[in-house]
Amino acid sequence: MTFAVIVFPGSNCDQDAHHATTAVLGQMAEFVWHKEVDLHGADAVIVPGGFAHGDYLRTGAMARFSPIMGAVKTFADRGGPVIGICNGFQVLLEAGLLPGAMLRNRGLTYRCEYIQVRVEQTDTPFTAGAHVGQVLRLPIGHGEGNYYAPPDELERLEARRQVVLRYCAPNGAIDDDANPNGSVHAIAGLCNEQRNVVGMMPHPERACERLLGSVDGLVILESVVKALTSA
Amino acid sequence: MIDDQTLDRHGLKPDEYDRIVGFLGREPSPAELGIFSVMWSEHCSYKSSRVHLKTLPTEGPQVLQGPGENAGAIDIGDGLAAVFKIESHNHPSFIEPYQGAATGVGGIIRDIFTMGARPIALMNSLRFGPLEAPGTRRVLQGVVAGIAGYGNSIGIPTIGGEIAFEPSYAGNPLVNVFCLGIARAADVIKGVASGTGNPVYYVGAKTGRDGIHGATMASAEFDDKSAEKRPAVQVGDPFMEKLLLEACLEVMRTDALVGIQDMGAAGLTCSTTEMGSRGGAGIEIDVSLVPQRESGMTPYEIMLSESQERMLLVVKKGREAEVERVFEKWDLHAARIGHVTGDGLLRVKEQGRVVAEIPNRALTDECPVYHRPMEKPAYLDEAQALDLDDLARRTTVAANDGLIALLGSPTVASKRWAYRQYDHMVQTNTINLPGLGAGVVRIKGTNRALAMSVDGNGRYGYLDPRRGAMLAVAEAARNVACAGARPLGATNCLNFGNPERPSIMWQFGQAVEGIGEACRALGVPITGGNVSLYNETDGRAIYPTSVIGVVGLLEQAEHVLTRCFEDSGDVIILIGEGTGELGGSEFLKAVYGVVAGQPPALDLARERAIQDLLVELAGAGLLRSAHDCSDGGIAVAIAECCFETAGRGADVAIDALGAPTVSSLSEAAALFGESASRVIVSARPALVTEVLQRAAALGVPARIIGEVGGARLRIAVGGRMAVDLSVADAEQVWASAIEGRFAKQVA
Repeated sequence: MTFAVIVFPGSNCDQDAHHATTAVLGQMAEFVWHKEVDLHGADAVIVPGGFAHGDYLRTGAMARFSPIMGAVKTFADRGGPVIGICNGFQVLLEAGLLPGAMLRNRGLTYRCEYIQVRVEQTDTPFTAGAHVGQVLRLPIGHGEGNYYAPPDELERLEARRQVVLRYCAPNGAIDDDANPNGSVHAIAGLCNEQRNVVGMMPHPERACERLLGSVDGLVILESVVKALTSA
Repeated sequence: MIDDQTLDRHGLKPDEYDRIVGFLGREPSPAELGIFSVMWSEHCSYKSSRVHLKTLPTEGPQVLQGPGENAGAIDIGDGLAAVFKIESHNHPSFIEPYQGAATGVGGIIRDIFTMGARPIALMNSLRFGPLEAPGTRRVLQGVVAGIAGYGNSIGIPTIGGEIAFEPSYAGNPLVNVFCLGIARAADVIKGVASGTGNPVYYVGAKTGRDGIHGATMASAEFDDKSAEKRPAVQVGDPFMEKLLLEACLEVMRTDALVGIQDMGAAGLTCSTTEMGSRGGAGIEIDVSLVPQRESGMTPYEIMLSESQERMLLVVKKGREAEVERVFEKWDLHAARIGHVTGDGLLRVKEQGRVVAEIPNRALTDECPVYHRPMEKPAYLDEAQALDLDDLARRTTVAANDGLIALLGSPTVASKRWAYRQYDHMVQTNTINLPGLGAGVVRIKGTNRALAMSVDGNGRYGYLDPRRGAMLAVAEAARNVACAGARPLGATNCLNFGNPERPSIMWQFGQAVEGIGEACRALGVPITGGNVSLYNETDGRAIYPTSVIGVVGLLEQAEHVLTRCFEDSGDVIILIGEGTGELGGSEFLKAVYGVVAGQPPALDLARERAIQDLLVELAGAGLLRSAHDCSDGGIAVAIAECCFETAGRGADVAIDALGAPTVSSLSEAAALFGESASRVIVSARPALVTEVLQRAAALGVPARIIGEVGGARLRIAVGGRMAVDLSVADAEQVWASAIEGRFAKQVA
């Protein structure tokens, strides 16, 4: 299968996503420049991390105006699997593909470290290979990962089982100390109503090789490969 | 006629002015005076340091590019080159910590990609006043946030470094930043201008009035008026630099480029003269073609602006459209501002009218060079005297308390608070996270990895500049070897006071001699670096501080080692031996508030053998961990081996000191003395014999001192239990010493 890796001028995890999907998973991946208007027939889309347009205004705020986002939206509307990682998640929020918004981390500083997340839902293309309650040790690296949605929106998200990943302690318990940024309901990742678009703050592509310290991110990327190649 | 006040404002001496008139055969124009002032500033010309730096070893079969270019380069096999350099941004970081540090990072990154290398790692060496001193927290927070803000945004991991605290840096912090990139060895690009008629392009941010005379500012001392110099600090734009980085690397792949250089200190002036000078050519530009952010800028201001994120390119004639297309893709505008000439002159025009015309060589090769007088400082004999018995009469501390005091000392304590703010994992190459030893990144497409470490010790430099500098080289190389990598090359950042004072110049001369001797002995040639002088505030100089960055190669990335003990039952081995040297130690400072004595002795042949042994043992897969003994001696080193291992303990017994060094502080000396060339390694029990045999074969002392296990850290000295602490409690002290001071304000 072929991944499209969207490249905004300030993307900086685009190479990492490309490396993980090609060198590690053995799939094909193509960089798609943000000024383009089609996805070259890709089977899945990765909106990678970084600082899409410098993000001096608000993370991801300008990226939604990039020409390629029209194609991403159409692809998503037709049910194509789309994952936004870190800044990519922020871009999907700003583009309206996922609900809610990001605030600055409650500690006010950027945080880069390993955290744990618990898999809450497995009926998305990016978590199908995991089991509910599985704890993944993944890196984060962000200054604005404090997910927020108003109470009624949150209620809807929970009712529709759209929270895919939550920050947790190593044993899987949800406690406030294990929440690195103050996200409501410890939300680390979520999906849209159709469940084909997923956004997550942790970086699965940074945890795909034993040499780097964790392979817990593989299940995220392998899930979509399995979902598409076995279909 | 130019008066003394004008000269003073330009940092030029009357005799230097006479030389300028001599070169030109006339009085300089205002623009010309400005150009001379920045090019002849200490920062750009190295006029005080040059005669000393020439003595450094810069050659070796692995060296692809020595000093003189934007950065140095070494051969790392597979047709690849590691391009790296360290640079200071001390003065701007004191005046405006966030932007000063951020633009320091931006500058060193440009130096690396200018050579055609993709930057893959950043490190930094930071020094501040005591954490409890007023102002330190503000400067520390600003500097760390500035480094994070720039590096994180541009997507280059900051993989480690060091942070130290000493009163001497309270009014003059040190911010030394290091960057390393990878290029194909055959494609390394240089900063040369050649080929008469080739067009000269300007790319990047527009030129504003920021940073005018930044280089001159960096060549003067601080006083209470320094805050007024804030307009001389530039503002960084990492997004612009990210565009420049990607666009320049893309242009370099086209083969349409003759040379390229970033506009750092002294901006357009320095880049045009240096490129012309290296290529034996001249450059003619018209400042009215330079993209400008403000209206009404004079040629003087345009030539001296240090606006960030700007590059100067010389393009092959006929290939202009190709180059312009790449920059347009990245929404950058490449402006043609002039061309290469054959006359060796820097010619600056404003709307066709010549406003400056200076021979390049007058600005570069023939700038003033000073053999400044040197004199051993008066403080030295007194500072080197140390009476341990006298200290012991004042007070003594139990070993447990001494260790806890050291672990809670900000210089020794965990720096997680800082490096957690740095994206240290982007690019997915980082295989040793910050704080675990040297920074290590794998090289994609190969089995190899690069290890790097930046080290210095201001107290050692103060007590003996020569030995202090040697110890810094040894420690940086040893840290690289502890990760399992063979040290291959070095870069230096020399931070000193006012060179016009003979005592400072003596310190500088001694330090350069020491670096040269150590680099020769350890096989790590200097490939470039930076000198920062005039680090003084109100007439008080910083400790003479030589910071050394060493880069080494691991043949097999998976053999990389960290400091952390891995498994209960593993055997702990001490490589090297200690003689209980407490001179200049963290212990004397933390417990007695004393900075005195002689820094530890250094046997370079022994040091080399130990590093060779470490590389051999790691390469044979015989070790589980390796950690160098530095600040706080063997006790702190063993404690650190237990930290961040989920509470793994150690049971260790070391010898009491032999007769010649016995004093009332003997036990402390054995535990906390900082004798050089010592490493704590651990190995599986079955492999211990082979480790010891290989050590013996290289003539390196090595012996078993204990075992990993339990939840306590226990160290006996001469058969008497001296240290006995819960690892969890000790780790808490170490982990929270810095973080705890910042936690309150975010709760």
